[in-house]
Amino acid sequence: MTPTHDEHEVASEPRFVIKPKDINDEITWAQINEDVLSSMERPRALYWVIFFGSLGLFGWGAYCEVYQYETGLGVAALENPQVWGLYIATFIFWIGMSHSGTLLSAILLLMHADWRKPIYRFAEAMTTFSLMTAGLFVLVHLGRVWQFYYVVAYPSERWTWPNFSSPLVWDATAIGTYLTTSVIFLYFGMIPDLAICRDKATGFRRTFYRVMSVGWKGTDWQWSNFRVTYLTLACLLIPLAVSVHSIVATDFAVSQQPGWHTTSFPPYFVAGALYSGCAAIITLFIILRYTFRFEQYMTIPILEKLCKLTFAISMVWTYLNFIEYASVWYGTDPYAKQALIYRATGTYAGWWWSMNILGSIVPFALTFKVLRMSVPTMMVVSLLLNLGMWIERFMIVTPTFAHGYYPWTWVDTWWPNWVQVGIILGSFGWFTMLFMLFCKIFPSVSMYEVKEMVFHRKQARNVAVSKPAPAAQPAQS
Amino acid sequence: MSKKSHILALFNDFEAAAKAIAALRESGLAGFKMRDVTLKSPIDHPECAAELGDRPVYIQLFSVLGAVLGSSLGFYAMSAAQANFLRQPRGGFPIVPIPPNMVITYELFILTAVFFTIIACYVVFALHAQKNVLYNAAISVDKIGILISTDPVALPGIRDIFTRYHALEISESS
Repeated sequence: MTPTHDEHEVASEPRFVIKPKDINDEITWAQINEDVLSSMERPRALYWVIFFGSLGLFGWGAYCEVYQYETGLGVAALENPQVWGLYIATFIFWIGMSHSGTLLSAILLLMHADWRKPIYRFAEAMTTFSLMTAGLFVLVHLGRVWQFYYVVAYPSERWTWPNFSSPLVWDATAIGTYLTTSVIFLYFGMIPDLAICRDKATGFRRTFYRVMSVGWKGTDWQWSNFRVTYLTLACLLIPLAVSVHSIVATDFAVSQQPGWHTTSFPPYFVAGALYSGCAAIITLFIILRYTFRFEQYMTIPILEKLCKLTFAISMVWTYLNFIEYASVWYGTDPYAKQALIYRATGTYAGWWWSMNILGSIVPFALTFKVLRMSVPTMMVVSLLLNLGMWIERFMIVTPTFAHGYYPWTWVDTWWPNWVQVGIILGSFGWFTMLFMLFCKIFPSVSMYEVKEMVFHRKQARNVAVSKPAPAAQPAQS
Repeated sequence: MSKKSHILALFNDFEAAAKAIAALRESGLAGFKMRDVTLKSPIDHPECAAELGDRPVYIQLFSVLGAVLGSSLGFYAMSAAQANFLRQPRGGFPIVPIPPNMVITYELFILTAVFFTIIACYVVFALHAQKNVLYNAAISVDKIGILISTDPVALPGIRDIFTRYHALEISESS
């Protein structure tokens, strides 16, 4: 049979190449509303197990804090040189966790990565609650907690101004700004969904959602202003997030302790923050997927993308980690070099090696598709990555204090006691409790954005189908 | 000036709604103007909304205003405070230490820009909320609505157009 095509014709590629589905685009908009709203009404039993478990942890942590407050910091084994204990290490951990929401929400929004749409809402919530938890540690680690306002840049007729040259004041300002902006960003992005809740709810819930949805009716005026406002907030949030963790890094970098006085600290902290945040998103993704029956929205292809993103960031962190070691090793400061050797061979060597293995080796599990497709494996891997990142913060604080400039301050036997551990566990309980409450009261999947995602994918598919197929190859004679 | 009447039609998809809007634009009905038309939808659809004509958004101007005010006032307030503080002995310190002030100014710049942005958006929401008297909960689910607040004389013609373009439901109020 003679081929019918013109031999000079240029084969045209379809404009849209259909990729593996992140989400089932056959799902109807009404079904999306139904699924998300019913998840808020009837989560699986695991929800209550997690909620009451976290409430119990929080209660225990609160008891430890009250005991420490009434008795003094000595009961938490906080004394020279270990004046911060685990509190500041955990503070950095929670600040780091908060960066995930910004990454998924703001950065991926500006990059038009639409796979973020079903999962960014809970990442934003994670940001907000991580910051609230981190803020608690500023108070917890103070001996005189009632004097916390000394770090806040506020005017006082007594002239008790804070030291504006101190990074601690910058920290308080940056975290306060970040928390405020994150809460606004989270809430503002929810307004169209709160209107959906309002339209479905009854009784006091309807009143609550009516107030929260600020008269949203989905008009073109509202959408166009909403779109511009949301993008503007995203643009403002990204530099803010970077500044917050750089400033936290500056708390250490401008000090005199050996091992901290490194210029690579700010980017190292930012990369670590994104890394731990992404790992935490994977953990919460898996928990929410099961607990709220979000299998249709939090799909395996999206989990895979999250894993790839986490792996990429883990390699950035690994690089910066080795840069830090190299700059100390080849530098001229013998004390910093001694501190590095102490970490790798001293009392805390086991922790140091664990950090490096968990932070730099374990992420390679994310490169295997067969592992990425396995939800239980990813749960274990994400928890290990989080553990590695917590140890990283522990390694920044504790060994440095244990082996400072003065040999008579060296302490090789220090270990946190039950009060500190109780408060740390309590912080995890506090975070989880708030997060779970949020998911019960507010839609943790963005309904309107998932609708947009489904709509645009259908459009893309229709365009691809309506385009002519590439010209067939002439038959071999 | 006569009192305006309101009519809301629901459509199954954006395509049908866009066709109805185009027909309304071409209709030349007495007492009807395109600025009286409001599109209501469960998702943002700029292409369909563009059929309504140019509707500018000024939010970003407020963001810029907030950023400028926040940074300049923040820097000024901190510098003034530190100058006062000089009355206490602080040997060797500059009157206004620029680098630390810049850090805090940077945060205030963002915070004020965020506040101005969000306040501006709420003001726009409030201004436009007064006009919309008809609403159907199906819009928050999967239907597209076209609301027109117009002179009562134009209502029959508008109703005809909505019917011609297969509106699922038409409701009116005066």
